[in-house]
Amino acid sequence: MIDIKNITKSFGGRQVLAGINGSFKPGDTSLIIGGSGTGKSVLLKCMIGLIAPDTGEVLYDGRNFLTSDLNEQKAIRREMGVLFQGSALFDSKTVLENVRFPLDMLTEQSESEKVERAQECLRRVGLENAGDRMPSEISGGMKKRVGIARAIVLNPKYLFCDEPNSGLDPLTSIKIDQLISEITDEFQITTVVITHDMNSMMEIGEKIMFLYEGKKLWQGDSSTLTKSGVKELNEFINANKLIREMEK
Amino acid sequence: MSRIGSYFLFLGTLFRNREKLSVYLGLIINECTSIGVGSIFIVALVNIFIGAVTCVQTAYNLTNPFVPKYIIALIVRDSSILELAPTLSCIVLAGKVGSNIASELGTMRITEQVDALEVMGINSSSYLILPKVIASVLMFPLLVIMAAFLAILGGYIAGTLAGVISAEEYVTGLRFDYKPFGIAFALIKTVVFAFLISTISAFQGYNVSGGALEVGAASTSAVTNSCIAIVAADFVLTQLLLT
Repeated sequence: MIDIKNITKSFGGRQVLAGINGSFKPGDTSLIIGGSGTGKSVLLKCMIGLIAPDTGEVLYDGRNFLTSDLNEQKAIRREMGVLFQGSALFDSKTVLENVRFPLDMLTEQSESEKVERAQECLRRVGLENAGDRMPSEISGGMKKRVGIARAIVLNPKYLFCDEPNSGLDPLTSIKIDQLISEITDEFQITTVVITHDMNSMMEIGEKIMFLYEGKKLWQGDSSTLTKSGVKELNEFINANKLIREMEK
Repeated sequence: MSRIGSYFLFLGTLFRNREKLSVYLGLIINECTSIGVGSIFIVALVNIFIGAVTCVQTAYNLTNPFVPKYIIALIVRDSSILELAPTLSCIVLAGKVGSNIASELGTMRITEQVDALEVMGINSSSYLILPKVIASVLMFPLLVIMAAFLAILGGYIAGTLAGVISAEEYVTGLRFDYKPFGIAFALIKTVVFAFLISTISAFQGYNVSGGALEVGAASTSAVTNSCIAIVAADFVLTQLLLT
């Protein structure tokens, strides 16, 4: 369970996040949606500790991440998996080395255990034969899948995905979405996905939080998304022709 | 001034919350290969020619018949050991190694690879930069020793082939009034230059924000700032150690 309380963040006098509150439950794929520049990625970075918010709390199963000491923060980070927008694979390492990197750095497992676990995660994302390839030799969709494999290699309790579909074709996007959803169900992970992709919302969104100009305007089940009564949210979802057609 | 302050704060982050020493060992060996072995050719080539040019130009300017010819070799030796091999080699290395460090780290920053390390709880600056600094401090002196030797050899080859000095006179000049401290001085300078080049370049690359344009700019800044730091440190160290 992740709770965020009153998160605010400003850059150079411009407020990007204005008192965001919310909860994300285990086993749910929660989506944070909103247009470009509404503060989605900043909120994610505040949650995973890459940016320090000006005020607020981020609680991981009751543990306050922002006020924890270094060892406690490391322990919480060890329970996180993050899929970055550009996959963020290490260029100098092979696919297998990328996946086993968290094991090398954060565990005391034997060599064979690490290789076995990394292979298992690659198998889970359908890339068991790509271990020897370099990130520059694989497609964008494969990079995302390697990113997911690396994110789950430590059996995380919390999975964060920043725009997992960006730059991917619709079919690959759906596959990535389904993979995230399956992994969330399978391991009962608390998954938070940042997206502005309507297909993702339809495909995997169970709980949805809508941000608009740095404020949370709505949070609820995906089934009630179109009945929110929030004008900005309706405009956002009705920008998609497919949704308009469905509404008719 | 705030930039200089940030640089010193950045240096502090390299040594705080480090990873296990075993993690660094493999990285240092890789960096030694990349920084040291990868720079042998350019350093060797530059210094052979620098030694050759120094020898021929000194001979051209020494027209007084009362000055023995072996003085040419003495000048090649001292200028190579004291100044040309350490300083010029490090300026060449600032261009090669410094720009490489800055662009590598800058690219890692803008492609979120640095963020990926941070979210794993790894001190990214220490993990990525400390091995480069240690490898530079270890490998630059070896390169400079080779550079000084090759510069003197280049002077010998050019001087004897051009007929400006005989082989015997050259060897006599190399042995004449030799002060071993010159080697220590060159190595002290090199260690300082290595530290400056690697840390300044890393600082430029690590703090990139933006895109490819900013990575290019950081790479350029890394080289120019390193060169300025080298010549300034050269002057200070010469004042401190040779006067």
